[in-house]
Amino acid sequence: MEAPPVVLAHGGFDFARTFDVFAPMLAQAGWRVVAWDQRGHGDSEHTALYSWEADLRDAVAVVDSVSSDPLPIVGHSKGGGITVQFAAALPHRVSHLVNLDGLPSRRSMPDVPDHERTKLMAGDLGSWLDFRRSALGRSRKPGTIDELAERRGRMNPRLSREWLRYLVTVGGRKDADGWRWKIDPALRMGGFGPWRAQWAMARLPGLSMPLLAVLGLQPEAMGSGTLPIDIEPSLPPGAHVVGMDDTGHFVHIEQPRRVADLVLDFLGTPV
Amino acid sequence: MSGGATVTVRHSRVELALHRLRGGDGRPLLHLHGLGERSPTAVPDHLADWPGPVWALDFTGHGASSVPVGGGYFCELLMADVDAALAHLGPSTLYGRGLGAYVALLTAGARPELVRGAILDDGPGLRGGGTEPTTPYVLPEALETPGPPDPYALFELSHDVRPADYATTYARQAATLSGLDVALAVCARVRPPWLSAVATEPGVREVDRAGAAALFAG
Repeated sequence: MEAPPVVLAHGGFDFARTFDVFAPMLAQAGWRVVAWDQRGHGDSEHTALYSWEADLRDAVAVVDSVSSDPLPIVGHSKGGGITVQFAAALPHRVSHLVNLDGLPSRRSMPDVPDHERTKLMAGDLGSWLDFRRSALGRSRKPGTIDELAERRGRMNPRLSREWLRYLVTVGGRKDADGWRWKIDPALRMGGFGPWRAQWAMARLPGLSMPLLAVLGLQPEAMGSGTLPIDIEPSLPPGAHVVGMDDTGHFVHIEQPRRVADLVLDFLGTPV
Repeated sequence: MSGGATVTVRHSRVELALHRLRGGDGRPLLHLHGLGERSPTAVPDHLADWPGPVWALDFTGHGASSVPVGGGYFCELLMADVDAALAHLGPSTLYGRGLGAYVALLTAGARPELVRGAILDDGPGLRGGGTEPTTPYVLPEALETPGPPDPYALFELSHDVRPADYATTYARQAATLSGLDVALAVCARVRPPWLSAVATEPGVREVDRAGAAALFAG
């Protein structure tokens, strides 16, 4: 008989293979671990449009392909945000929800006065539109494995060089002129829009399935900076929050054993 | 020059249809249709007095523009559709209906040097999804796509959240960075919260539809 499934959702600009150390630890404990590359990421197709809603629909398609019974879902960072929305929209499909540093708070939003915000946003918007104008002809910059690892290290300063070099070999491809990340060059970091962190937070209190939230408390650029006190008022009954003081945003990469044990303990015996 | 020509403008992997409704010299007027609509085939009567050329853009998934697979629409993306058209036309005045009115506002705020006034009128998709998200919902299965209009566009762009203070940020950018005394003209009679808030901002004039184009024709 097949082991019971658990689904993992990666974060923005990551890909399923970033679970390559963490996922086998769940598998060894008797779970069938399923992760997918989000559209435009890893080995999934590049597409014309990318949005939160599209990612959410893709997540539903993945879960549909795994099981029609409720199952545990683990999401990191943006994948954590998407899976919270998944659980709020389709509570009958989720038995347990694990959120790995994927709960943005007001704290993560820069606090700038209104008149400065206007100028700041105008600059951001103009530069995003400039990027859109040139998106079609773009390709990722080629380099050696070391060069790509070094570049990613600027966004992931707490991850080991050895791990980053490994990521290049699974998240990149080797072209004639060097290695390139597979991610769609039309995708760009950063963003703007009407979305507010408190709207995502407002989805938490009504969640009906058990919730485990793991926070990486060491601040870093890719993280949300959310503290336990930011989410405690919004937690559904019985939720567990674990703050990891000595760990950054990529909790399952920095501390795979510890996070896997937290998740396994939370999920209980695979059935 | 007469009308009748259609130019294909690329926005990343989407091919957009940009229709010339009428030729001429001077600053173009760019028509932006409402949700589920497509560009008109002739210059609408109330825009007939515009002294320059008149163009109309089909948004992604609408009219003669391409329909992507699997959806993923949001209004800022349509703003980039308009920006792709502006890259072709140069500085222009925008006229937007419904969804097109909201997108015209966004573009006026994001490209204040290129948008020489924007007229916001009634039309389908003016309200969007309200000022806050509604109960989260996921389409139960992949939509068949007999569009245009793309059913994903109809669904997603009718749920697009439009907080009033988000909209006014764009209105302020348009007013302060365009150098125009009047940057936005509101002639829509329906006033969802985002538009009520925009209408009272400095640099925004409320006018009737017949007089709106003349405001920016000078």
